[in-house]
Amino acid sequence: MELFWYVVLMFMLAMYVVLDGYDFGAGIIHLFFGKKEEDKKAIVNAIGPFWDANEVWIIAAGGVLFFAFPTLYASSFSGFYLPLIMILWLLIFRAIGLELRGQVHNPIWEKIWDKAFGVASLLLALFFGIALGNVVRGVNLGMVENGVSAYEAHYFFLPLWNPTFNPMAQHQGIIDWFTILLGIIAVVILTMHGANWVIFKTNSSLNERLKKLVFRLNFVLLGLIVISVSVWHIIDPYPFWNFIEEPWLFIFPLIMLTGLFGMFKVRTFKKDIYGFLFSSLFLFGGFASTAASIFPELLPSTNEVNPSLTIYNVAADEYGLGVGVSWFIVAAILVVVYFVIQHKVFKGKMDDIGYGEH
Amino acid sequence: MGLSLMIVWFKWKFLRSNDEKYNDAAKFWMKIFALNFAMGVVTGIPMEFQFGTNWAKFSELTGGIIGQTLAMEGMFSFFLESSFLGLFLFGEKLLGHKLHFVTGFLVFLGSWASGFLIIATHSWMQYPVGYEILDNGKFVLTNFGALFSNPWLWPSFLHNQMASIVTSSFVVAAFGAFYLLNNKHKEFGKLFVKTGVVFGVISSILVAFPTGDLTAKNVVKHQPVTFAAMEGIFETEEGGSEIVLIGQPNIQDKKLDNKIAVPNFLSFLTYQQWDAEVKGLNEFNQEDYPTNIPGLYYGYHIMVGLGTIFIGLMLLASFLMWRKKLFKTQWVLWILMFMLPFPYIANTMGWYTAELGRQPWLVYNLLRTTEGASPTVSSGNTLFTLLGFVGLYLLLGMLFLILVGKIVNKGPHPAK
Ligand code: HDD
Ligand code: HEM
Ligand code: HEM
Repeated sequence: MELFWYVVLMFMLAMYVVLDGYDFGAGIIHLFFGKKEEDKKAIVNAIGPFWDANEVWIIAAGGVLFFAFPTLYASSFSGFYLPLIMILWLLIFRAIGLELRGQVHNPIWEKIWDKAFGVASLLLALFFGIALGNVVRGVNLGMVENGVSAYEAHYFFLPLWNPTFNPMAQHQGIIDWFTILLGIIAVVILTMHGANWVIFKTNSSLNERLKKLVFRLNFVLLGLIVISVSVWHIIDPYPFWNFIEEPWLFIFPLIMLTGLFGMFKVRTFKKDIYGFLFSSLFLFGGFASTAASIFPELLPSTNEVNPSLTIYNVAADEYGLGVGVSWFIVAAILVVVYFVIQHKVFKGKMDDIGYGEH
Repeated sequence: MGLSLMIVWFKWKFLRSNDEKYNDAAKFWMKIFALNFAMGVVTGIPMEFQFGTNWAKFSELTGGIIGQTLAMEGMFSFFLESSFLGLFLFGEKLLGHKLHFVTGFLVFLGSWASGFLIIATHSWMQYPVGYEILDNGKFVLTNFGALFSNPWLWPSFLHNQMASIVTSSFVVAAFGAFYLLNNKHKEFGKLFVKTGVVFGVISSILVAFPTGDLTAKNVVKHQPVTFAAMEGIFETEEGGSEIVLIGQPNIQDKKLDNKIAVPNFLSFLTYQQWDAEVKGLNEFNQEDYPTNIPGLYYGYHIMVGLGTIFIGLMLLASFLMWRKKLFKTQWVLWILMFMLPFPYIANTMGWYTAELGRQPWLVYNLLRTTEGASPTVSSGNTLFTLLGFVGLYLLLGMLFLILVGKIVNKGPHPAK
């Protein structure tokens, strides 16, 4: 039962990364490339009717986390208190930036909300990457000092940074060089992902430049991936353990690499959707590989005293998880139906949709 | 939630009558709904996060139960609403009017499902059912069905939904009155006032009776100490309790100052017997008293007082409308216009009553509020984030008002 909900949760998070990921990316593109009014419009139209539904994936994933793994939910949400609240603030700015901009036609007003939307998207991409880094690195569960826990075994609290920015320091911070590295990777890949979506969904005059951008950034991404894999052992001495035990898991890194190398051909694709498909593969594969490398852990412990949080020691009881399955299946079918309807109605290029016009 | 119902109503009238006026009305309110929705989304997400960030211990202990209803809310209502809202707002041309109506209906369904599931969660905190407590203090679910047959849930849900219709009726009527008094968009002004008054008179009555009455009966039955504080009864009265209309609780001397009250009426309302005994605060342990008795008392009285005024006003307006005088009776239109903020106040006061009434408990009689907080989050950090939210919400509130003002000032597009 725990395994079922683990797979559900990871799948929902992966969907979130892939779907809302392109919204963040579009925001970053908007920030750096949205010079002409018509290009800005095209970018916003491309995500207009979707971004809210995409955001629901994290809300629903949060709900599933709360219900299936309440101890993890409690521990991580209170432990990562400050960055989470900041993510909330950024989500608010991104949403109102998108929704309020078109309400008043005034250059200053539009400038303010353009920037709010773009900067919030950029920072969100960075923060989500940092968040992933924190989970992989693990935390000092129970806030152990000299072998004694200051709190119950599964609680902790991290400040935003410690002065050394060293992930292995005893007093950890949210931001250290390792988590920043993942944050930068997230910004790069989501920028590419967003560019791919804009290329797919619009006839914007930017498209040719965006294709070049994706091509160039792909080298940067490759470099960053090589760096991160080579420093990963500092954080986790046996990152490949699970893969050696269960070789089929290698499918996930393979999916990721397919996405990565596929994107080198971005300039010659016949259909505009291909670039988006490859960056989705990269995101999906990358996320799944990371989850697989720490499985069954969900939040590793960095001390010897308190055990890591795994899917088994943070789950709700059997009965609740069991009844959950029945309603979840019904709901999941409905979600798929909505998703198909939504993308059928808004298929193809969306330059003329008129999003945010009032 | 109320507005989504009214929009569906306008769209429905349009489909039936093919009168463009109704479609324009639907479109006009959709714009305001879209703003409301954006505000709902950005304030709703913090609420979901907040369980974990600020109430970690509570989440850990009860997550297996309230997590069910919250996860269901995400899966059943948020996906429904957000997928179809996009279609509803931007798909009119692509979909045609019939399908457009269907998407509007689905948004309405999603928002009511959301209300239902959140009230189900809330009801469990007020009156926990279907659970078992393990040795380590964890609440585990033993009966899924009980979450939805909870006696607290249905009255509370219906009361809340009626309250939401009251709110939107008053808003629609107020903007209609504004147009009439302004001599602008008069056709829409009439339509809005009429629709607002028809919905308003029905929902104002239903919000008090039976739903408000049943909600109050739940409180008497399951949280008698809360009820005593809500009503401001310090001592049990022999031979039946009076109902207090006005008075200021004086906690030091345990009495109400400057009281105006109707003898025995409370006993009748609560138990349908003029001399039934309503327990006063004196019969309970001081440590189980709601933490903020004056707040609770005022919250409750403001809600009920406003509810009574709403019924009176809506009855008067309906009467005038029946005699075909309403649109000419300026002073009533002025009152309708100025009533705009009061349903919001009544709603807020209702939640005050529910939340302050539950104190000092998070899960009634089982888990104290102080036991639910996050153990590792310091008060300095919560103050920091609280201030951040206060600032942000102030900004949002101001923007919201400005933009609604702008939409209203521009008015609906007249039928071509
Ligand atoms: C327009 C808004 C409005 C109006 C006019 C009323 N209410 Fe109300 N009331 C609410 C809006 C509301 C609410 C905000 O929706 C609450 C908060 C919790 C809930 O379920 O509904 C609520 C809660 C609430 C509670 C507390 C329930 C609890 O502790 O959980 C009681 C006892 C009543 N109501 C009773 C009444 C009565 C007897 C009314 C007679 C006029 C009345 N309300 C009018
Ligand atoms: C702890 C309490 C609550 C949580 C966690 C919560 C969560 C949320 C979230 C995450 C959203 C955004 C959904 C989206 O993205 O589409 C939302 C919207 C909404 N919430 Fe809540 N909410 C809470 C309380 C309430 C209450 C008390 C009500 C009313 C009774 C309510 C009714 C709604 C409705 C109708 C929407 C849709 C937005 C709209 O139509 O404007 N919620 N809520
Ligand atoms: C699990 C969810 C919730 C928790 C843990 C919670 C907790 C609390 C606490 C501790 C208080 C302070 C009481 C006091 O000052 O004595 C409070 C007050 C209040 N709550 Fe909640 N509450 C929850 C859900 C809600 C919901 C769903 C609403 C309404 C939509 C709400 C509205 C209020 C209001 C209006 C007050 C009064 C504020 C004041 O007087 O300071 N709460 N709540």
